[in-house]
Amino acid sequence: MKAPRYLSAFVVVALCTAGAWALRAGVTAPGSDPVVAPSSLTASSELAGATRLRHAVNIRSGPATPKVLTNSLNHGGAPVPVACATCHTTRAPNLALHASEDLKEFHQGLAYQHGAQSCLSCHNATNYDTLRRADGTSVDYPRVIELCAQCHGPQYRDFKAGAHGGMTGHWDLARGPRERNTCVDCHDPHAPAFPKVRPVFVPVDRGAVQQAQRAAAHPVSDSAHE
Amino acid sequence: MSESPNSPPEASPDSAIGSDPGGMTRRTALKLAGATLGAAAFAKAIAPIADWAADVSVDEFLQKHYRELTPEAMAKIIARLEADALEEHGVAVHIADPKPQPGVKFGYALNLSICVGCRRCAEACHKENNHDRPSGNSYIRVYEMQKGTMDLAQGNVTYTHPVADPEKYYMPVQCQQCDNPPCVDVCPVEATWKEKDGIVVVDYNWCIGCRYCEAACPYHARRFNWTKPEVPAEEINPVQAYLSNRLRPQGVMEKCTYCLHRTREGKLPACLEACPTGARVFGNLLDPESEIRWVLANKRVFVLKEELGTRPSFFYFFDK
Repeated sequence: MKAPRYLSAFVVVALCTAGAWALRAGVTAPGSDPVVAPSSLTASSELAGATRLRHAVNIRSGPATPKVLTNSLNHGGAPVPVACATCHTTRAPNLALHASEDLKEFHQGLAYQHGAQSCLSCHNATNYDTLRRADGTSVDYPRVIELCAQCHGPQYRDFKAGAHGGMTGHWDLARGPRERNTCVDCHDPHAPAFPKVRPVFVPVDRGAVQQAQRAAAHPVSDSAHE
Repeated sequence: MSESPNSPPEASPDSAIGSDPGGMTRRTALKLAGATLGAAAFAKAIAPIADWAADVSVDEFLQKHYRELTPEAMAKIIARLEADALEEHGVAVHIADPKPQPGVKFGYALNLSICVGCRRCAEACHKENNHDRPSGNSYIRVYEMQKGTMDLAQGNVTYTHPVADPEKYYMPVQCQQCDNPPCVDVCPVEATWKEKDGIVVVDYNWCIGCRYCEAACPYHARRFNWTKPEVPAEEINPVQAYLSNRLRPQGVMEKCTYCLHRTREGKLPACLEACPTGARVFGNLLDPESEIRWVLANKRVFVLKEELGTRPSFFYFFDK
């Protein structure tokens, strides 16, 4: 369960470095991108009377249009990936299905915990290589943030204000750009609650360290006392 | 004590063969013994200074307070510190002295609804700031807190179970960069002070290590270098500043500087970049368009131990 999620995070990072993305706020798609248009991120601000150049806030793209691994192997022995539409164009969607256990082939074992949504709440039954908004219009996978934002308004509001989601780079956009995570960098769309993690960097007991240091510094005198 | 002026001269030939040799030699012996004891006691008393002086060059001993240094003097000191690092650790470090930016006062906010207590911030601080490895030092302490109280004494900092425990909440505590900092008030030598961008700094070369500031800080945010910090050469962060993460000497205080070697260059602090949940918000309190100002205006915000009147520049907030 965990490995694919980290892999997909890798894919996301690789993709966002690979090309110029439409989600590049305010720079590559000024005015045409409704996803991120908070004034605090994109507008050039006047501070101390001087108009300053603002660097971009780059929001990582959502995943590329996914492919599903089949049981067939290619010449190198690796499973052959196929587009979702490869299978789904040949069969009618079953709106009654809600869980991966009910499926006869593919997608079994998918841990799903996302409220009362069904597969086709987000996946687009008319084009499986896209996602589906509540109003039935399609959204490409890289712009998944638009899909999530429909229901998770408070989180999207905080995200636009720069108060939700991890980031790296510069606080001062006059001096450099900033990279921001998108929803699915941290939240598995099929089970979006942040998973439990093992805490790192357990504090060291200073008393125990000092004792060990003393023992190491005076091994002879300690044995002489015995 | 006072010596009688008409006392017989010591070690005169007469006294050696006189009828009362014991009185003369006893006086001499007592004087000698006293002098010897005194000298020994004095030597013992100054021994730590002699040991310490062995590590301290004349230049370092005569170095002025940070705020009295001319740019030329600072350049010389930085060259000396960089040479010391190269000699001691074999690492070519770059020590800068970035100044506060005009129109910038730093603020930090932390979302308690989001923090899961993974301690990655504390780990990032440890690496970024060249902390002592054996003691696992860090400027950040993450408290696992009982819901319903903000009493740090009831918090647990040594938890190892998977987090977040839904019955608890997690509160990382670091220097709150107070506008009314008690640690600065108590320093007897003014080795610590508040800079114009709000960061409370320490001149490690002026600090005498009395630890008054550590006792005065209500957030337990200051750390003392009990030993000379040990950092493996390959792990030393070479991007350093005089007032922040340069390699510290033994016996001085240190504290979170909001990573001023990064933030004064416009970058985000290391603890924020390491946060996997996005619980941390950093920025310029004087910029009304900044993210931190949005948080202060739109969230339920509180400061830790507000009743003490320390006026922190570090804020905690909730989503709900």
